[in-house]
Amino acid sequence: MSDISQLKELATQVRRDIIRMVFNCQSGHPGGSLGCTEFFVALYGNVMKHKPKPFKMEGKGQDMFFLSNGHISPVWYSVLARTGYFEPKELATFRKINTRLQGHPATHEGLPGIRIASGSLGQGISVAIGAALAKRLDGDKRWIFALTGDGELDEGQCWEAIMSAAHLKVDNLIVTVDWNGQQIDGPTSQVMDLGNLPAKWKAFGWDVLILENGNDLEAVIAMLRKAKRRTGKGKPVVILMKTQMGYGVDFMQGTHKWHGKAPNQEQYEQAMTQLQPAHLADF
Amino acid sequence: MNINDIKSTGTKATRDGFGQGLLEAGRKNPNVVGLTADLLESLQMQHFLKEFPERFFQVGIAEANMIGIAAGLATAGKIPFTGTFANFSTGRVYDQIRQSVAYSHKNVKICASHAGLTLGEDGATHQILEDMGMMRMLPGMTVINPCDYHQTMAATMAIAEHHGPVYLRFGRPAWPMFTEGMPFKIGKALLLGKGTDVTIFATGHLVWTSVEAAQELSAQGISCEVINIHTIKPLDEKAVLDSVKKTRAVVVAEEHQRFGGLGDAIANLLVHNDPVPMEYVGVKDSFGESGKPNELLDKYGLSKKDVIWAVKDVMDRK
Repeated sequence: MSDISQLKELATQVRRDIIRMVFNCQSGHPGGSLGCTEFFVALYGNVMKHKPKPFKMEGKGQDMFFLSNGHISPVWYSVLARTGYFEPKELATFRKINTRLQGHPATHEGLPGIRIASGSLGQGISVAIGAALAKRLDGDKRWIFALTGDGELDEGQCWEAIMSAAHLKVDNLIVTVDWNGQQIDGPTSQVMDLGNLPAKWKAFGWDVLILENGNDLEAVIAMLRKAKRRTGKGKPVVILMKTQMGYGVDFMQGTHKWHGKAPNQEQYEQAMTQLQPAHLADF
Repeated sequence: MNINDIKSTGTKATRDGFGQGLLEAGRKNPNVVGLTADLLESLQMQHFLKEFPERFFQVGIAEANMIGIAAGLATAGKIPFTGTFANFSTGRVYDQIRQSVAYSHKNVKICASHAGLTLGEDGATHQILEDMGMMRMLPGMTVINPCDYHQTMAATMAIAEHHGPVYLRFGRPAWPMFTEGMPFKIGKALLLGKGTDVTIFATGHLVWTSVEAAQELSAQGISCEVINIHTIKPLDEKAVLDSVKKTRAVVVAEEHQRFGGLGDAIANLLVHNDPVPMEYVGVKDSFGESGKPNELLDKYGLSKKDVIWAVKDVMDRK
């Protein structure tokens, strides 16, 4: 999909899916999902070379994506369904008994598109490094992409991973940080101040890119393409992507309060009227 | 098979068997890769590094990251062997193993040296005695604790061919070797000596201790069946039940807490199928301390005389 208007329609539908999934089971994480919608649409709809069917775990000859902040599963599931990994109607099973769409992503039930479980935070960058090293050993020139939350960077393992990626010269890896400044208990500046984030990544030996508006689809696509051009030079690449949690639904936007909360009937209807136009079919 | 025929052919550390086994596994399969968290030579992984430098990753003192990288390597089709001390291979990284390896069904081989009291002088901070319990509890995890150099080498090569997560536990000290030429199959118990009065199920370093105890008991007219359970999970249930059916008394010997290890695995099997009197030779809900391996095994009740005592005890309860 390269037509930007088509991708924007997809983004609107993905947001509708997110709200409907979370409303359906009255649980899940809408805030971060809405904030990262443009990122996922850009990645799966435009930037990555990937083959939904048949899904291959080892991803040879394909780009691979790893989600470290697994709680934003609604956006990932929606985008996987809408790009051909499974039928969109399965989104209705999210978080329900016997589903393949677990609360947090898992390989256990065999959902196509998921390569490792995530949810317990801080593990995804390490995993992405491993996959990138395997590609290097295989002479496979495709890329490894990963997304991590900013609050998640409180976890020590992230910094172990960040240090090692530079040391091991993992230069086929593009990590994006969802820099929304929010975590469960409040703004990151209050819960655990991240300090000068760009300087920290730079000091750890990464090529650092900053995206000022991660909710501008064209800007996200341009930045991911730029990041690809910066790889292959002996350094891992990070995009610090500023987003607004809850973007697209006015009462959810810019606050940590919708991190892990489902809308009631009235809020659901209000959100649906805002997420227009809906040209694609709801699941 | 007579227990008195088992002889030691010298001593060598189980970790040396791992180092040789890893090298051989690497020669057989180009997908085998190695990782260490700053304990290259403690794990004897330098042989592999020397021959396959591009397939080896030094990650520094960062075990959580090492497990994650291994999970990523496995996702993309490699067979990673991680190497650090047993303490840092399990408790320190339990959640990483749980989510990124076990729950995600990754083909990662977690290889753990310096397990148990026989680590010696470094003391309790490093002498993990709970690791097999932690790993046994994880669904789908294979847990192996070989008993000597040769068995560790065979186990290392075998796990490279086995698809799925494995915890391989071995140790630091030079230890008697006695299994050369004996078969090794994951999940298959190894009969070392037939007997009629008591079955001793033993794993790891305490297998040799149990062999010596059984030989001494044999001279006293007590007939012990000695079975080496190198694979704690999945347990060779048939071998256990068949032997117990005959002897009607059990001693379990392991360099581990009495909670959670081989003893509990066997007790769980027996309580559901064929309850018989049973004694544990293992550490009694306690941390270790600094000392020489044999001094520690003596002090914490894991010596030959403790196995002999347990056998006599359990016979009294028959």
